[in-house]
Amino acid sequence: MDLRLPSKVLEHIFSFVDSNEDRNSVSLVCKSWYETERRTRKKIFVRNCYAVTPEAVARRFPEMRSLTLKGKPHFADYNLVPDGWGGYAWPWIEALAEKSPSLEELRLKRMVVTDECLEKIAASFKEFKALVLTSCEGFSTDGLAAIAVACSNLRELELRECIVEDLGGDWLSYFPETLTSLVSLDFSCLDSAVKLSDLERLVSRSPNLKSLKLNRAVSLEALGSLLRLAPQLVELGTGSFSDKLDQEAVSKLSQAFSELKQLKSLSGLWDVHPEYIPLLYSVCPRLTSLNLSYATVQMPDLVELLSRCSNLQKLWVMDLIEDKGLEAVASSCKELRELRVFPSGAEDLDETNVAMTEQGLVSVSEVCPNLESVLYFCVQFTNEALVTIARNRPNLKCFRLCVMEPFSPDHKTQKPLDEGFKAIVEGCKDLQRLSVSGLLTDKAFQYIGTHGKKIRMLSIAFAGESDLMLHHLLSGCESLNKLEIRDCPFGDTALLENAAKLETMRSLWMSSCFVSFGACKLLSQKMPKLNVEVIDEHPPETRPDSSPVERIYIYRTLAGPRLDMPEFVWTIHKNLEIGVSNLAIE
Amino acid sequence: MITEIEMGKAESELELGLGLSLGGGTAAAKIGGKPGGGGAWGERGRLLTAKDFPSVGSKRAADSASHSGASPPRSSSQVVGWPPIGSHRMNSLAAKSAREEEEAGKKKVNDDEPKDVNKKVQVGFIKVNMDGVAIGRKVDLNAHSSYETLAQTLEDMFFRSKPGTIGLTGQFTKPLRLLDGSSEFVLTYEDKEGDWMLVGDVPWRMFITSVKRLRVMKTSEANGLAARHQEPNERQRK
Repeated sequence: MDLRLPSKVLEHIFSFVDSNEDRNSVSLVCKSWYETERRTRKKIFVRNCYAVTPEAVARRFPEMRSLTLKGKPHFADYNLVPDGWGGYAWPWIEALAEKSPSLEELRLKRMVVTDECLEKIAASFKEFKALVLTSCEGFSTDGLAAIAVACSNLRELELRECIVEDLGGDWLSYFPETLTSLVSLDFSCLDSAVKLSDLERLVSRSPNLKSLKLNRAVSLEALGSLLRLAPQLVELGTGSFSDKLDQEAVSKLSQAFSELKQLKSLSGLWDVHPEYIPLLYSVCPRLTSLNLSYATVQMPDLVELLSRCSNLQKLWVMDLIEDKGLEAVASSCKELRELRVFPSGAEDLDETNVAMTEQGLVSVSEVCPNLESVLYFCVQFTNEALVTIARNRPNLKCFRLCVMEPFSPDHKTQKPLDEGFKAIVEGCKDLQRLSVSGLLTDKAFQYIGTHGKKIRMLSIAFAGESDLMLHHLLSGCESLNKLEIRDCPFGDTALLENAAKLETMRSLWMSSCFVSFGACKLLSQKMPKLNVEVIDEHPPETRPDSSPVERIYIYRTLAGPRLDMPEFVWTIHKNLEIGVSNLAIE
Repeated sequence: MITEIEMGKAESELELGLGLSLGGGTAAAKIGGKPGGGGAWGERGRLLTAKDFPSVGSKRAADSASHSGASPPRSSSQVVGWPPIGSHRMNSLAAKSAREEEEAGKKKVNDDEPKDVNKKVQVGFIKVNMDGVAIGRKVDLNAHSSYETLAQTLEDMFFRSKPGTIGLTGQFTKPLRLLDGSSEFVLTYEDKEGDWMLVGDVPWRMFITSVKRLRVMKTSEANGLAARHQEPNERQRK
């Protein structure tokens, strides 16, 4: 009896399977399920652009409509990955232009995107609808013009924290009058002013526009006229919030804000002048997301504003809010799920005027039952506070604590923060992402290894004492997917002993640790499915094998060593005779 | 430890054993015990320990006796990539405070005071371009304390050529001496006012607070830049 379902039936069933994690499981069941699944998958996620070749992806998924690609390691955000390391979008775009011309959406993160890439996208994908670039670099506003002029079905164009060569604001004027499909536009990271009249015309002919994020150059007065043209907005990123407005302009702006009945998310708010904050009061009760992380607003004004945001779920704010302010906010914003507190003083953190401590976070953890994601920069912490937070909020999924001075002990007892983090990993059983800081011995990592079974991403800096710390993590954390470590004193042993673990992870980043070149060679030879990249200004073969290397990036891959490495990235040939080179030609 | 590990040996045969501290020992002790660590690594790559952050708790800061503390104490704002704030946000904060200072009428003038070294805008990596080379690079100014080491690093970056690999320029193998005007190239920089100057004329500390980016320029094109002490006829082509 043939129990196989006809592929048409399978296809229909699979069309209800949305999550790619489920689809990956489906494709492992048997050959026929694999074949049917791959022919029906439309949204593809490649979380490391060097883990697989673009040709392989295009071949496997002929119906691909949406591709999400990530390039550089996360620590590139903090300038730890030298310029020129890689993450080029071009090979992908070139391959997809030929093999997947029906591509509609491209989402790139931490990749190098050139104007040629953007021009190629504009020329090759006739149904192109969405371009979202996060933390990308390498292109200019000319490339944006190419997208604007050619993509007649464009729905989303979002530039999130990209580094763009700004040649002026003309690019926006290239959107043709026939383009009416825009749903989301984000140019908040650009410097130059766009032509206001062109922006107004674009907004007024985009009835489906739901998300608009302006750049700093858009004035408060200009904002007023834009809001009047788009009262249907769900997400708004303002420009600069500090003009000199006369009374009439202020009341018109206030009226415009109160017409935003659907607004749920607010951001931008650069240079906020305290006297204009009341303009926002009318939208506060509906807001679920508020990004004040660029708004240099003092505590009393912050508290006044936030006291009206009873439905707020996501709050990003600067440490100007202070512990007292957070305490007040906690009682007004009981629906809070995600809290991020950023430092306000970048230049001289030793002399910051604001001292954010453990108290603010403890109060929020006490009062907000849904709090599950935390990013918190502060100057001091205690074990007691960590224990309290863990007890209050066992539902934490993401906990990133940054006590800004490295090696800071518990400021009351002067002890390491081992016991505090033990409470966190023991109490928060669903914790998936953890960043640690403060004074930590190997014990802390023993606790993390023992209890952090669901942790997928772990970030560590200036911590630990020996190889044991790495051994605990690699042997204990079953779900570990991404590990990034800097300035920790472990060496080769734990890494080599747990080499097999590395094939179960997406990537491992280690910089300023004591891993030697010899260990990297050995690891590379033993583990054919890993790329072991040594990132070092000096050629490793001119130094003894035992000498430590500056940075190492290890990731699993089906694509073999990459061919686009710069001079300072070294990979070890699988063929011993060739030895070490930075050109990996098989 | 490395020598005990033979190729082909299964991972399970590797042992955690010698040299591992089981619950004790400071980071400083570990550094001393490693072959090729410490001095051989050089300033840039040296692992930063609590000693580098003397403002932290008395216990660690006091323990400064034996260690080769060649580097000056740092504030956490001088460490590359720390605190872990995205570069976009960092630039925004730096720009904001620069604007605030401008508005307040202040100007950073005196760079000889040690306090100013701590007060500089996060320098970190800055761009370096060279005439005739398409690919720009970045160099970490925090890792250098003098013009000599910076010049050496740049020379290694752009002029080094090794057998079997393609250097950025390929053909130059002799040391270049970018600082003394004796070669085909000179090292220049763009300062905060947008002017291009020859590197080496001002004290190092003043240089790093005002440099925006670097350029290795052909000597023939470097006319009109801030005057050097040498007479033109002393310059020789190699």
